[in-house]
Amino acid sequence: MQVQLSHPTRTVEVKGPKKVKDLLRELNLVVEAHLVIKGDDLVTEDEMLYDQDQIEIRPVISGG
Amino acid sequence: MNCTKCKTKAVIGLPRHNAAFCKGCFNSFVHEQVARAIKSEWMFGKDERILVAVSGGKDSLALWDILLKMGYRADALYVNLGIGTYSEQSYAKVMKFADAVAISHGAKLHLHTVEQEAGAGIKELAMLIHRPTCSTCGTIKRYQFNRVAIEQQYDVMATGHNLDDEAARLLGNVLHWQEEYLDKQSPSLPASVEGFAKKVKPLFRLSERELAAYAVLNRIDYIVEECPMAKGSKMLQYKEVLNRLETESPGTKQTFYLGFLDKQSKKQPAATTMTEKDRAVLHPCASCSQPTTADICSYCKMMARAKAHAAS
Ligand code: SF4
Ligand SMILES: [Zn+2]
Ligand SMILES: [Zn+2]
Repeated sequence: MQVQLSHPTRTVEVKGPKKVKDLLRELNLVVEAHLVIKGDDLVTEDEMLYDQDQIEIRPVISGG
Repeated sequence: MNCTKCKTKAVIGLPRHNAAFCKGCFNSFVHEQVARAIKSEWMFGKDERILVAVSGGKDSLALWDILLKMGYRADALYVNLGIGTYSEQSYAKVMKFADAVAISHGAKLHLHTVEQEAGAGIKELAMLIHRPTCSTCGTIKRYQFNRVAIEQQYDVMATGHNLDDEAARLLGNVLHWQEEYLDKQSPSLPASVEGFAKKVKPLFRLSERELAAYAVLNRIDYIVEECPMAKGSKMLQYKEVLNRLETESPGTKQTFYLGFLDKQSKKQPAATTMTEKDRAVLHPCASCSQPTTADICSYCKMMARAKAHAAS
């Protein structure tokens, strides 16, 4: 699956099927600091993601 | 994962509340948390006029959205800092939200452009007067926010500070034992003198992740990119540490900050002592008449220096 990341903006390819929770762990990202968006929808940590899915992992922390 | 309330498919899990919600139930949860914050800290009532400081980021736009949907009279102020593409993009997001949502609620957007008044963007201005960009920025935003609130007779100013902001700030203050700042960490600061508007933080019960989720779920288009000046800031480091703790033991941030508020409220009425303290030292600036501890306020001093440099 295509996974879009921010800061800096980049795309990585990850092999599915995979749970959201495991995807975050694999990329070494903390759940509390990120949202996972599949297509246009927010998904929970137990959601299974497949190879054809478009995923965005959005950081939610701002520095101001 | 299913919604704790209505058992349909959940879109977000909230470990710190031991819950998961669908979109509808999550929106109700967010509104309830804000309602609770407003009530417990005596922030404002339904007929008071509120001025929201918006930056184009998720928190401030979510705050404006929430207040309007809850039926409050909330206008907003956007300060254009003139920081390259960051400012251009954030300005576009604010305008888009104002046109798409705020106008239909009869709300108004005020604008202030730093470049117009100071003759330069915030970065150039900071360089000119030899001060860090973020402190220059803070002075200008605070000043303009207060000026518009007073001039346009708003009853209260609201900012989008969330649980993460407040917990990180508290951590910073405690790590350095800056006790004198602790009194100012109340989510509701009274109008302390003639010329200072009341300040509130209605989102202090909601985490940064919850607010981002609210924005995504309600199709609020916000700027995901950070202000380039925030990179590597202390606040970011504190937030990172807190979020690692939060992931291991959900509820850490709320126990830390809400527990602090609880202790403060039992200690003494912090708000009154601060008001008294402020009253004793503040008086109107000789140049612009906003409250200050010096003869000339720091904003006017800054502008005078910038103009002197620009002229020479
Ligand atoms: S990071 Fe600094 S310059 Fe950027 S908006 Fe925040 S205070 Fe202003
Ligand atoms: Zn539900
Ligand atoms: Zn002044």
